[in-house]
Amino acid sequence: MKISFKVNGAARELDAPPLQRLLDALRLVLGLTGTKEGCAEGECGACTVLLDGEPVNACLVPVGQCQGREITTVEGLGAAGHLSPLQRCFIDHGGAQCGICTPGVLISAEHLLRRNPDPDDDAIREALAGNLCRCTGYQRIIESVRAAAVLRRADARDVGDPRDVGDARGARDVSHDRQEAP
Amino acid sequence: MATSPPSTHSVGVSVPRTDGTAKVTGSARYIDDLPGMPGEIFGRTLRSTVPRGVLRGIRLDPSFDWSDVTVVEARDIPVNAILMISEEQPVLAEGKILHAYEPVALIACPDRLKLDRAARAITLDIEPLPAILDIDTALAGKDVIWGEDNVFKRYLITKGRGDAEGRAASEAGIDAALAACDVVVSGRYETHHQEQLYIEPQGFVAFWDDAGVHVTGSLQCPYYVHKVLKRALDLSSERVHVTQAVTGGGFGGKEEYPSIIALHAALLARKSRRPVRMIYDRTEDIEATTKRHPAIVEITTGCDRDGTLRALKARILMDGGAYMTLTPVVLSRGTLHAAGAYRWQDAFIESVAVATNTPPNGAFRGFGAPQTIWAIERHMDRIARAIGKDPVALRAQNLLRSGDTTATGQTLGLSVGGHACLEAALAESGYHEKRAAGPAVNGRVARGIGASVFMHGAGFTGSGERMLKGKVAIDLLPGGRLQIRTASTDIGQGTETVFRQIAADAAGIPVTHVDFAVPSTTVVPDSGPTVASRTVMVVGAIVEGASREIAERVLAEQAAGGGSFTEAGDRLLSREREVSCLKVYEPPSFIQWDDTTYKGDAYPCFAWACDIAEVEVDLDTFEVTVKNFWSATDVGKAIHPVMCKGQIEGGTLQAIGWALCEEVVWKEGLIKNPRMTNYIIPTSLDAPPFHTTLIEEPWPYGPGGGAKGIGELPMDGGAPALAAAIEHATGLIADSLPMTPERLHTLARTA
Ligand code: FES
Ligand code: FES
Repeated sequence: MKISFKVNGAARELDAPPLQRLLDALRLVLGLTGTKEGCAEGECGACTVLLDGEPVNACLVPVGQCQGREITTVEGLGAAGHLSPLQRCFIDHGGAQCGICTPGVLISAEHLLRRNPDPDDDAIREALAGNLCRCTGYQRIIESVRAAAVLRRADARDVGDPRDVGDARGARDVSHDRQEAP
Repeated sequence: MATSPPSTHSVGVSVPRTDGTAKVTGSARYIDDLPGMPGEIFGRTLRSTVPRGVLRGIRLDPSFDWSDVTVVEARDIPVNAILMISEEQPVLAEGKILHAYEPVALIACPDRLKLDRAARAITLDIEPLPAILDIDTALAGKDVIWGEDNVFKRYLITKGRGDAEGRAASEAGIDAALAACDVVVSGRYETHHQEQLYIEPQGFVAFWDDAGVHVTGSLQCPYYVHKVLKRALDLSSERVHVTQAVTGGGFGGKEEYPSIIALHAALLARKSRRPVRMIYDRTEDIEATTKRHPAIVEITTGCDRDGTLRALKARILMDGGAYMTLTPVVLSRGTLHAAGAYRWQDAFIESVAVATNTPPNGAFRGFGAPQTIWAIERHMDRIARAIGKDPVALRAQNLLRSGDTTATGQTLGLSVGGHACLEAALAESGYHEKRAAGPAVNGRVARGIGASVFMHGAGFTGSGERMLKGKVAIDLLPGGRLQIRTASTDIGQGTETVFRQIAADAAGIPVTHVDFAVPSTTVVPDSGPTVASRTVMVVGAIVEGASREIAERVLAEQAAGGGSFTEAGDRLLSREREVSCLKVYEPPSFIQWDDTTYKGDAYPCFAWACDIAEVEVDLDTFEVTVKNFWSATDVGKAIHPVMCKGQIEGGTLQAIGWALCEEVVWKEGLIKNPRMTNYIIPTSLDAPPFHTTLIEEPWPYGPGGGAKGIGELPMDGGAPALAAAIEHATGLIADSLPMTPERLHTLARTA
């Protein structure tokens, strides 16, 4: 079956069995391996992506259901050289350790901050309850999201439209000469 | 928060983690993210389904099309042995089946769906035998599955009146010491299996070429894999190439097990002559890979009426599972931590690890210590109850100080931060006020607070580091840069970043001028395994020393010929072509350890901590909510404070999970809950707010001005602090883990 949809803002078309998992379509067909698989049964949240702006577990969504819809993966949040405030805060505040949960966590956090620019800790915990992290104890993740919220609000005051702030394509360059892992 | 670090002081500053950008953009390549190689096929393991039996044969359905399926059986393996401490564990079962997930055959095929069908077209002919499934049955020794008596290993530590020739005389000595005490208290404490549950399942890609075998995978210890492959494939060292992919958590679970999956993938690649990708799904990962050893600890102690501890007698039993793997070392660490952080005049600590027909247990953060620290800390609370003393006051009274000796006779010298941790955590948490106010009951919810105090040995035990001779190479690169080559892996804890900080400061260059080579056995020297809280303290010290040596050579060149550090370095490089330093670890010379008597300096130093948990218990459902968690930890020196706190918090949450909700459910040797939906780890809603204090009592031999190892320590204190808090809230005394609502309910009914 031919399926066309938008991934991270770009129109994509692929030929796939309609029951193929969105996760496999992203990873194997489109080569977007930022979205991870931790359990394949909707429990760990490592595969979280936004489908029309709402977080879903890509391991449970048949790609056939994505016809004509919009998907955002971690690759759509920003790239090296122009990280979003959220990504930058995860680096600065210890939100990522092994990093395998991070793409899913970032997507859930992005969704939270779009709806609620000033979440308290309980709201952050609630929003991330579907994303298991075995490394951090969540404390630094929560602090990263909190710090990102502050940055986004500050940027929103500068820019005027909070919706644009977390969007890498519109985001200013925030990197300060970080090294890439070799 | 620091951003761009000042050029020559990055230690102590939370610089951006160097693998951070790749991890937050999704560009970091974990093993299953690596693009498929040309001709790559998928591998899979066929396993026993009974915990014990005789393998009669493997039958392939003749009506199935096997033309593109590779099948590997035991007879295809050059040397059917996995070389760890012993090598009795076969790569694939031959004749004997000793646990329910024992690998029996391997298959590979280009089509994943066909691979599933092929697996179903193979019948394993196994005749079941009665299985040994618990420690008591194994110890009884009526039926023997290992050696002559099912015993993998025994240890005995004695001190004071426990010192005597032979076990019986030692026991008589400690019994006499106990009999002379005012107050004698006995208890029995139990702990259960725990699954590491790193979020990235284990996996490898393997292929062969003219240079030999190449495996890349999710792993902690490249040279462990190297050793196992070399032996089983009967290859010379140069023909085995092991590379670490970005690794999504390990916690010990990727210490020894990756050797097996790497070998399985390599065998399939060898027979099929194609690259093989082998990635476990979650269920296979939970079922087949190692877990924390369950333990039973019996303790009898004697003390004065005022609480001064005198004599300790302890017996530790651990379940090693079907094969030895690392069990003797786990048992050793457990035994060495059984006396807790306290002074004892007389001690007798014996331990036994036995074989059962369950999957081999193995490394998991803490490595035997969380089990025995659970026991001694619960026992301290029991003593406090018996003599009517505040549990924290009892701890403070007996907590080791500099100048005291441990149970192995080690005299503590520098960097002994137990008291500082205790004081900081008490003050931060308001423990005394909350404790004095008594449990706060509000409707059906009772609130309580409890503490634990503990220490954890950093680095390998005893003479381990001296025998291991860990190595690191530092290369001078053009442009005044350094490259670190080490087999110590970053599995999330931040090795890459911290090593760069240490090297940068040692050489006096910015942290951005230090590179970290991908750990591959072809390129990096053997720094020893990434385990035992040794990476920063031990390997970091080698990084520091080697970086300093390179910098000295550049500085000498600079003094002779002028120019900047970079210009001098470039001159040196153009003249000598290669400027490198391969350095071997030298442990502090005063460390003395006797492996036969188990006496002396068990560890170069200890990290210390005090944990305080505040909980609410629902008195109807016995659900426990952790409201706050304070931890004060003596880390020696925090190289990267943010990551250091992250280690403490992450380790503590694993301890909270172990204590309250994680449970491997067994039925006749099979795991009934091998999924994330039913093996429950804490979510963001279950995790408490953490209040983490770093105490710095520098260890002069540690890098960066005194860093000690703290990777494992945070796993030790969570469970007993929670038990003490639950006891404060409800009066329920839990001596066994986990403290699930069901078990607390049973405790309440039988109280
Ligand atoms: S892989 Fe989709 S939720 Fe775990
Ligand atoms: S950072 Fe490792 S699982 Fe979250």
